[in-house]
Amino acid sequence: MQFMLLFSRQGKLRLQKWYVPLSDKEKKKITRELVQTVLARKPKMCSFLEWRDLKIVYKRYASLYFCCAIEDQDNELITLEIIHRYVELLDKYFGSVCELDIIFNFEKAYFILDEFLLGGEAQETSKKNVLKAIEQADLLQEVSHVG
Amino acid sequence: MSDVVEKTLTALPSLLSLDSQPGSAKLSSTSKLGNLIRGITELTSKHEEEKLIQRELTSIKDQVSSPNTSMRQMKELMVRAIYCEMLGYEASFSYIHAIKLAQQGSVLDKRVGYLAVSLFLNESHELLLLLVNTVLKDLQSTNLIEVCMALTVVSQMFPKDMIPAILPLVEDKLNHPKEIIRRKAVLALYKFYLIAPNQVQHIHNKFRKALCDKDPGVMTASLHIYLQLIKENSEGYKDLTASFVTILKQVVGGKLPMDFNYHSVPAPWLQIQLLRILSLLGKNDQSTSEIMYEVLDESLRRAEMNHNITYAILYECVKCIYTIQPKSELLEKAAKCIGNFVLSPKINLKYLGLKALTYVVQQDPKLALQHQMTIIECLDHPDLIIKRETLELLFRITNGQNVTVIVEKMLDFLRISKDDYTTIDLVGKVAELAEKYPFETMNTVFSLGGDMMQPDIPNSFLKLLSEGFDSDEEDRKLRLFAVDSYVSLLQSEPNKLPQRFLQVISWVLGEYSHLSAELEPATVMTLLSKLLDLKHTSSETKSWVLMAMTKLCEGGVAISVAQDIYETHSSSMDTVLRQRAQELQHLSQDSELYLMGGVDSSLSFLDGFVSEALAAGAAPYKPPHQRQEELAQAKALSLEPYSLSLPISMSSCSIADRQSPTLMSMSSGLSGDSTDLSHKGGSTTLKLDGVKRVWGREGYLAQREPVEETAQVEVPSPLRSPSQQAEADSTQSQTPTPTVTPELEQDKQQLASSLFVGLGSQSSVCLMGKSDPTPQRFRRKAQGRASSSGASEKTPTSLGSTPSPVDNLLCNSLLDSNLVSEPTNQTPQASQSLDTTNGNCHEELTDVKENNPSLIHNNEEPDKPKDLCLSSHLPTELSGLSHSEITPLCSNQSVNLSACHVQKEDSLQLVIFIFNSSDSALQQMQLQVDSGELKVNYCLSLITDSPVEEVRSHSVAVCHYSVTVKRPSVHVEVLGMLSYQLPGGTPQTIQFSHKLPLTTFIRPLTLSTEEYGSMWLAFSQDTKQNLTLINDDQDPLTTTLNVLKKKLQLHVVEIIGVEGIVACQLVQDQPCLMHCRVHAGTLAVWLRSPVPDLPDCLLYHCQRALQEH
Repeated sequence: MQFMLLFSRQGKLRLQKWYVPLSDKEKKKITRELVQTVLARKPKMCSFLEWRDLKIVYKRYASLYFCCAIEDQDNELITLEIIHRYVELLDKYFGSVCELDIIFNFEKAYFILDEFLLGGEAQETSKKNVLKAIEQADLLQEVSHVG
Repeated sequence: MSDVVEKTLTALPSLLSLDSQPGSAKLSSTSKLGNLIRGITELTSKHEEEKLIQRELTSIKDQVSSPNTSMRQMKELMVRAIYCEMLGYEASFSYIHAIKLAQQGSVLDKRVGYLAVSLFLNESHELLLLLVNTVLKDLQSTNLIEVCMALTVVSQMFPKDMIPAILPLVEDKLNHPKEIIRRKAVLALYKFYLIAPNQVQHIHNKFRKALCDKDPGVMTASLHIYLQLIKENSEGYKDLTASFVTILKQVVGGKLPMDFNYHSVPAPWLQIQLLRILSLLGKNDQSTSEIMYEVLDESLRRAEMNHNITYAILYECVKCIYTIQPKSELLEKAAKCIGNFVLSPKINLKYLGLKALTYVVQQDPKLALQHQMTIIECLDHPDLIIKRETLELLFRITNGQNVTVIVEKMLDFLRISKDDYTTIDLVGKVAELAEKYPFETMNTVFSLGGDMMQPDIPNSFLKLLSEGFDSDEEDRKLRLFAVDSYVSLLQSEPNKLPQRFLQVISWVLGEYSHLSAELEPATVMTLLSKLLDLKHTSSETKSWVLMAMTKLCEGGVAISVAQDIYETHSSSMDTVLRQRAQELQHLSQDSELYLMGGVDSSLSFLDGFVSEALAAGAAPYKPPHQRQEELAQAKALSLEPYSLSLPISMSSCSIADRQSPTLMSMSSGLSGDSTDLSHKGGSTTLKLDGVKRVWGREGYLAQREPVEETAQVEVPSPLRSPSQQAEADSTQSQTPTPTVTPELEQDKQQLASSLFVGLGSQSSVCLMGKSDPTPQRFRRKAQGRASSSGASEKTPTSLGSTPSPVDNLLCNSLLDSNLVSEPTNQTPQASQSLDTTNGNCHEELTDVKENNPSLIHNNEEPDKPKDLCLSSHLPTELSGLSHSEITPLCSNQSVNLSACHVQKEDSLQLVIFIFNSSDSALQQMQLQVDSGELKVNYCLSLITDSPVEEVRSHSVAVCHYSVTVKRPSVHVEVLGMLSYQLPGGTPQTIQFSHKLPLTTFIRPLTLSTEEYGSMWLAFSQDTKQNLTLINDDQDPLTTTLNVLKKKLQLHVVEIIGVEGIVACQLVQDQPCLMHCRVHAGTLAVWLRSPVPDLPDCLLYHCQRALQEH
């Protein structure tokens, strides 16, 4: 995977994770273009896009769009499932997640993502294991707060 | 789950506006980040947002650099800085503090510090060097979480040059007791391998250790590295194939812990990774491929659940099966899988189906044929992505015969595409096709561009052709190919080609047809001479044609052709044509003159004369353009009309030519006609008025109003008059019920036949590996084309009477796919599954018998089963329509052919039944149907999904064609040939011909009297004759016209007194008008049409109809 973007229906970026080195300018340009393209698509349309030399796989969950860029030979359907699993993870962690959870706790969303995908590849696909790792780190946090 | 998210997220706006709501309490509403976010949402303009963020950034900046800020506060500041960056505002001042936070903070602060670093910086950022020490320290930490954080950041970004510093530590972690650490270490090494492969070369054996790790998670992580390694060098890892297969087997068999399941599918990510690796290993390697066949089969079988994730696995499986060495069983299953994807109503699956088809289509073009109707639907899909993928698919199946249609579709897409990347890609593809199929593409350009195109395009094309390229051999091939493709074009339907294209064709044939050894000059002459007879050929084109002929007029037949042409054109009104005809005549007669050939183009024999003239004071020669320039400069009188070049004067000539016969025939007709015409002579416009008034005086004007009123009451469409309505009622049984969908379907089918032409045979070649029964059928192969066209010319039948449309013939033979249905009679070898089918058949049988008691039973073969009911085999789209009698065509000991037709509004559907009466299956069956007068298109039925070349014993195959008339004739004849092979026998052919009366192609043409009037004047082909009048009680004219209406499906436009006007059309859109007048006890009819021969043929049928009455 090359990058993952989360943005709202209004086109506001909520999360961005880049797995390929790009300049800030380039990132901004890509984000702007993609948000525009994806938002322009109708609900019944295909979840896949050919964009430059990449494949974009996106899915909308309520007001949030999850959008991944993969290479041509990668499997689009499994990427959709990566998105879905990430949403499941967020949902489990926040307890029925909503956009506001992600806005106000975006660093948590990043931690979960990092535990799930590493360097653009699925690292741990078990829901239980990802959340265990996150909880352990969180717990440590609580402890040190107390201490 | 997503429903829950949906519900929660829809409540979002209310949450945002009312932050005092209890729900927002958990959203750290009191934090500074919370305040910032809320602050931003309350703003209305971008400008305000900018101001707010700048203020925020300044405050963050002040705080981070203050020595009093604690690490905990720093953490909070970093989160805000990340947020500002995400909104697009730069916060580069905080980067160094992020590194400091990662370095100095407690475990929890560190986490945010590392996150900020990974979000702010990329691996080439210089500040990253400062992170190395922190990472080193954390890797050595005893705190697992710190180690994890370090490994996480390392696998996301690390300066390439510093890898050696931490590599030993990361390697050590491969032996760590905790699997999460081992897993992250493997992924870190994977990242190192990607950015600096040579740095990790020495640890390849450690990768193997990771692959054998007892924890499946670690093993899965190592597959990322192996996929990469095998991508680069598949040879080096063949020994691992068996291991990968074993792993996959265990995964598929559900041997992994439940943790790895995803929606109860075992480790889908792992499965897909393995499948990708296997496909790389098995590519072009038979023995390795064999190892994996079993597990692939197993994977296909297991992935049956209806869930996206199983589709993901199936898709990868199919790709793998088509990448490795083929195995027919697996291919069959994979093809079925692709079919499910393509036919799926889910758009994502459809897209992947198309993608898979694109991937496999070169190996298995048959598959594309199977799904051609879906593909065509996708071509018009509202989602451009689907459309684009379909074009990609078509691009892969492009061949010499369909390139024109495909290029056209691509150009259509280009016109609507706004995306630069797609445009560049697609333009590249069109250019590639143009390079591969220069003539086909240029043919498209010529045919589409027509006469609108710039004249220099054909000129430069001819120049290119004549000057040639680098190698002589290439040139020869190109020219030969051009000749062949043009000959076949002329043989099929020259009347549709634009003038400029005809000119190009004439020139090329004149210059280069000698290159083709099989092509007799006489053949070309005959083809060319047909162009001269075409109605719409302009004089300019004719002159090109004649010039081409002068280059060819050598030898016996050619002379006689030349003689004929001379006779027709020596009296032409056009002087240029006359001259060309003369030249042709002389050259063909005088072979010495012909052979002398060489022309002294420098006119050196005039040198003496010129120098003498110059010496005598004559002005030196100036080329015309120079003269014109000088004239223009001198502001002399414009001499333009006289300085026009020859071709233009010719074309102006042609306008006059085209018009004059029409005018003459019209005026003569008018004067000869006894209708009340007060205007004689005068201008054309006056005459036109006069004609309109004729109908007025006869009371037409008086009747007109009521007619219109009723028309409005009964039918809203003004095109349909009440009489037509009545006629439609009375002839209900005869008129085929028009439906919208068949027309649409037919459009699609026509598109299908033009798109998928040439695929069928390819598939039989490469998939089955059997040899092509008819050799050399591809237009691409210049040699082959020449031989086939040559052969067809030598056949006396096709040379004399019908110019064989090789194009169509080719299309048909290639597209031949057949409907094979179950036999209606029980055969001993019928399988068990037949029972149910048989039941259906009986039902159908009785059904059909009730509806069509007159169904013919083939009486030629007494031993044939009597209950054979062919009409039940009619294609489903025709089954609802009434069809003609099923007539036997021909038969031999093993096959019976019969045919029937169904009249549709826009075409005639011809159905040919092939009954296999032998006890063994017919194989490699091919039916070729062809006609000189008809355009025959093969129709694919929607219910068949595979083109069958085999007919089982005692079953029936059905071939369905859509037929329209190319050239009217009293009876049009369809010639056909069926070739087949009995098992173990030699190939056999059986020929037949089938006559269709022209009346089957006649449809009523609904017009108003006014429309009739204006059309009448526009048509030039006319015929007059007296017909017998049916004399019954009161109104002979009405009775007679009603008989014609009933028998020939004519439309009676209006009857006024002793005159009646009638209109009909030959499918498709070739009108013929008939004017009838009772005169001295007979019916004087006068027919007009733009189509040559149509009036005569129709007259014949009118006569027959009235005689039979």
